[in-house]
Amino acid sequence: MEIIMDNPIKENMVLDSVIDPSLKKIPKIEAKNIKVWYDDFNAIKGIDMSIKPNTVTAFIGPSGCGKSTFLRLFNRMNDYVDGFRMEGKIKINGNNIYKKNINVEELRKEVGMVFQKPNPFPKSIFDNVAYGLRIQGITDKKFIEERVVSSLQQVGLWEEVKDGLKKSGIALSGGQQQRLCIARTLAVEPSIILMDEPTSALDPISTAKIEELIFQLKEKYTIIIVTHNMQQASRISDYTAFFYLGDLIEYNKTKNIFTNPEKQKTENYITGRFG
Amino acid sequence: MNNIQKNRWKDQAFKYWGIFCTIIGLVLLAVFIGDILIDGILRIDWAFITDLPSRKAENSGIYTALMGSIWILLLTTIIAFPIGVAAGIYLEEYAKNNKLAGLLEINISNLAGVPSIIYGLLGLEVFVRIMNLGASVLAGSLTLSLLILPIVIVATREAIKAVPKSIKDASFALGASKWQTIWHQILPASSGGILTGVILALSRAVGETAPLIVVGALAYVPFAPSNPMDEFSVMPIQIFNWISRPQSGFIENAAAAIIILLGITFIMNGIAVYFRNKWQKKWK
Repeated sequence: MEIIMDNPIKENMVLDSVIDPSLKKIPKIEAKNIKVWYDDFNAIKGIDMSIKPNTVTAFIGPSGCGKSTFLRLFNRMNDYVDGFRMEGKIKINGNNIYKKNINVEELRKEVGMVFQKPNPFPKSIFDNVAYGLRIQGITDKKFIEERVVSSLQQVGLWEEVKDGLKKSGIALSGGQQQRLCIARTLAVEPSIILMDEPTSALDPISTAKIEELIFQLKEKYTIIIVTHNMQQASRISDYTAFFYLGDLIEYNKTKNIFTNPEKQKTENYITGRFG
Repeated sequence: MNNIQKNRWKDQAFKYWGIFCTIIGLVLLAVFIGDILIDGILRIDWAFITDLPSRKAENSGIYTALMGSIWILLLTTIIAFPIGVAAGIYLEEYAKNNKLAGLLEINISNLAGVPSIIYGLLGLEVFVRIMNLGASVLAGSLTLSLLILPIVIVATREAIKAVPKSIKDASFALGASKWQTIWHQILPASSGGILTGVILALSRAVGETAPLIVVGALAYVPFAPSNPMDEFSVMPIQIFNWISRPQSGFIENAAAAIIILLGITFIMNGIAVYFRNKWQKKWK
């Protein structure tokens, strides 16, 4: 536990990515003493973390270190895993999201998620993006159409698909599918986007497009990205958290982690000596 | 002979054994169908389908039995489809790990193995006598519904299981509730599999004889049923009845009716295969 840095951000208050200075003081996400079990397996062993708004935070670490589990706590996607049990408190915008009477559907409109494998619905491109709005009961066609168009524009997919919005989302290429999935998430207008290795199934060009997109998105959104790609973490993130065997080993500005890590384990991992 | 040769030999031997077994099945089916076709194909004409049963073989038709079978099929679908699919959804999506689900699961697998005549006895007691439905189309349909429910439930569960988890995740992550995810994603994606299962179950129901005899379906009804409370006969019972007659004309009728019944089940299975293929393509 002594290795956990309570809130390293306090020391580095200057954040070039934060737009509204008043927001700087309020953490977007605050996790306190998080422990997770899958049946008897202790997947996360007591992690504190605080994430600032309008930043990109990268979670790195070897497979099975708990980084994906930790990410999925923020939109309660672990709730569906058999044997999942959790202790600790996670506050998003100041609200404890593991309170008893919390509305999980509302939470997920606030905290969007993009998955490792592009997973468009077997529906048209339009319906894919409109899905999140329609399940909220929105029927205003004009509103939905505008939102679909603006979401597709934000991810840079509009020009590529504007003539074939009725085509199946599955017919797109892998990279386009992943951007469609991001557009689908944006359409609901969350403030946080969780990305679980969003480019690991994509070719380098598609990966570059997604990274470029993440860079643009942080103006409006708080992004947390799990990645196995060290270069990616160093390219796109403001903060990096290194996980190992269910512990948060080091969490700091990305620059510091990659140029001057405090822990030997971090250095070993980012230099490729293990993992 | 060294090990590799031995394994290779075993491999070959198993292959030929497999081919042999497959051929036995196909040859027997071919001989059976051929025999039936020779006996009955010439007897089939429009009048055979539209004629009422008669004491004279050459005037007899299958109209009442065919209509009875269609009534039974429709009512069984209406009853078994929603109940079976709902039960499948419940077991797969809602009650995954509780004790009740475990108990239900064992029961359903057991029910699938119960001889159909037992369902007939159950139907006779519960539907015909206690619910006082008499030997009606409705009583017969309810009985057959019980018979195919386990098949429909298992097929529904398998189809739902085959929907990629990533689709469910995506729906939940966008703020969809469980029911919205089931309705908008899981059911459309599994509908092909569910339909396949239901059609196969129905094509079994259309050939069932024993439970309907127990429930009280008649071998001779002068008119086709016009409402669910009417008495009825079905194709297999009509066939059974004709075969037990001594006159050779009725044997010919029976063969002709068998051809039509086979045709119905083949068409239903064909539709099931069509849905399955269409559904599989969607995911590849």
